[in-house]
Amino acid sequence: MAASRWLLLALALAAAALAAVAVGTMSIPISRLLPAIAGTGDPIAVTVIRTLRVPRVALAALVGAGLGMSGAALQGTMRNPLAEPYLLGVSGGAAVGAVVATVLGFGVVLLPLAAFAGAVAAVLAAFAVARVAGTRGDPRVLLMAGVVVGAFANAAIMVALANAEPNVVRNALWWMMGSVSDATWPQIAVLLAYVAVAGAALFVVAPRVDVLALGEDAAAGLGLEVDRAIRGVFMVASLLAAATVAAAGLVGFVGLVVPHLARGMGVRRTRPLLVASALIGATLVVVADLLGRVLTPPAELPLGAVTALIGVPFFLVKLRRLV
Amino acid sequence: MIDFRDVAVRYPRAASDALGGVSLAAERSSLTAVVGPNGSGKSTLVRALIGRVPLARGGVSVDGRSIDVMRRDDLARRVSVVTQREELAFPLLVSEYVALGRFPHLGVWHAAGEADAAAIRGALDAAGVERLRDRRVDTLSGGELQRVRLARALAQGGDALVLDEPTAFLDVGHEMGVFELLHRVARSGRAVLLVSHQLNLVARFADHMVLLHRGLVAAAGAPDAVMRADILERVYEWPLVVTRDPAVGAPALLPLRGRSRPMV
Repeated sequence: MAASRWLLLALALAAAALAAVAVGTMSIPISRLLPAIAGTGDPIAVTVIRTLRVPRVALAALVGAGLGMSGAALQGTMRNPLAEPYLLGVSGGAAVGAVVATVLGFGVVLLPLAAFAGAVAAVLAAFAVARVAGTRGDPRVLLMAGVVVGAFANAAIMVALANAEPNVVRNALWWMMGSVSDATWPQIAVLLAYVAVAGAALFVVAPRVDVLALGEDAAAGLGLEVDRAIRGVFMVASLLAAATVAAAGLVGFVGLVVPHLARGMGVRRTRPLLVASALIGATLVVVADLLGRVLTPPAELPLGAVTALIGVPFFLVKLRRLV
Repeated sequence: MIDFRDVAVRYPRAASDALGGVSLAAERSSLTAVVGPNGSGKSTLVRALIGRVPLARGGVSVDGRSIDVMRRDDLARRVSVVTQREELAFPLLVSEYVALGRFPHLGVWHAAGEADAAAIRGALDAAGVERLRDRRVDTLSGGELQRVRLARALAQGGDALVLDEPTAFLDVGHEMGVFELLHRVARSGRAVLLVSHQLNLVARFADHMVLLHRGLVAAAGAPDAVMRADILERVYEWPLVVTRDPAVGAPALLPLRGRSRPMV
């Protein structure tokens, strides 16, 4: 992809972030925006910007970057343009872990770990279902297994919430619909660490994803340990998705839409695709969160609802082209 | 160089063995062809070589070393394989696609050097696809795609080239082009192991033929020893005659019409 397009992606993210920081119940003109971010000027503006808006936008950007990279890696590995953490049951598994932790009263520190445990359990369950089918990690079987595991995860959440206190249910529901409204700096720091480490790991193994896209036999002929490579990418992509679920709940379809937008810009190989997906994913979730705040004031639309409203038509178009 | 010794494979839940104990060798500087009807086990041989099917019995070795004890990338640096089934999930440019052949040669960071670039240029040139290098793989015709896949295998290098049906979907001219290229590759000192349905072409180009039937070797040897009417009629279950190719004198098969199929 040409350098000018990379610049365009970076500028789009910067513009979306600035707009999201400026616009809201209290709109702040551009001239006062940068001083407020820096901590000078109107004290109320400074407080709104620095304790509410900037953390919220930063969390949204990280969630989008994580989900975009996770989707890009999963689509390449599974050779499936419809693969993404939400549809594969990975996010659902993470949500089960997180909801169980919420019901049991775990704190913010243990929440991401519980989500990751749930995501790993979902991945292992999907691989186990695929193994029962006897196809040694066939991507199509794995996708079906993921959908089944996701459905089971939904049921498990219902069971976990059946006897919970009403306020726990309300919190869990709001969070299951996806939200970055309660962003805190410690939360952002944790997610940043996850996104940076897992993103770097995916970047290193990206050439294996390129080879896997040829098909498993051809990849084996090129010297790749196919089953191990698939499991490895799957685990890292799941970790990335689980970290976003722990921080912002279920935000679906970002991992589906974003890699396709990146490919539409002429990105083909997995390494640049990861970088482009991180940038586009961050932009998309920042914009989706902004839309959720401004479309129906004073009520806020849940972030997951906005991304689903964008993602589902996109999914249908892709599905139609596939069959 | 590549030795299959008493290789037996049975797929999960299959009623019979896909391979029932097959031994054959592909040597350097020669073109070895595996032929046989659909379902006779030809592709399973290739999949056994790349470790994609568990062996019930026997083993495969490369230069005397069992592939069970070799690292996958080490094997891939010695033996290039073009498998039959391959669908590119997301399209690449031809140059990027051929560059994937260098995968087993690259280190952890996958930084390609001058040797890799030279191998890719040589492969594009040898397969005659240099002019396609900036095309997207999903825009190629069937014949162009087969030659691009061949270029990827040539870029991979190594002392052996293994191909499963490399001339499927090719017209006569492209088919001959591929066989002439494989012949040159064999004469340059590499071992070429070819799985093919094109008996008559194989008979003209191969140094050694192996005829598989229901997972077993039905005949093996020089083309004249394998291309015999009695053997081929029994294996293919169709009446036929074997004549001589008028141009080069190689044995040529001619299936007959107007007779009922002698069901065995």
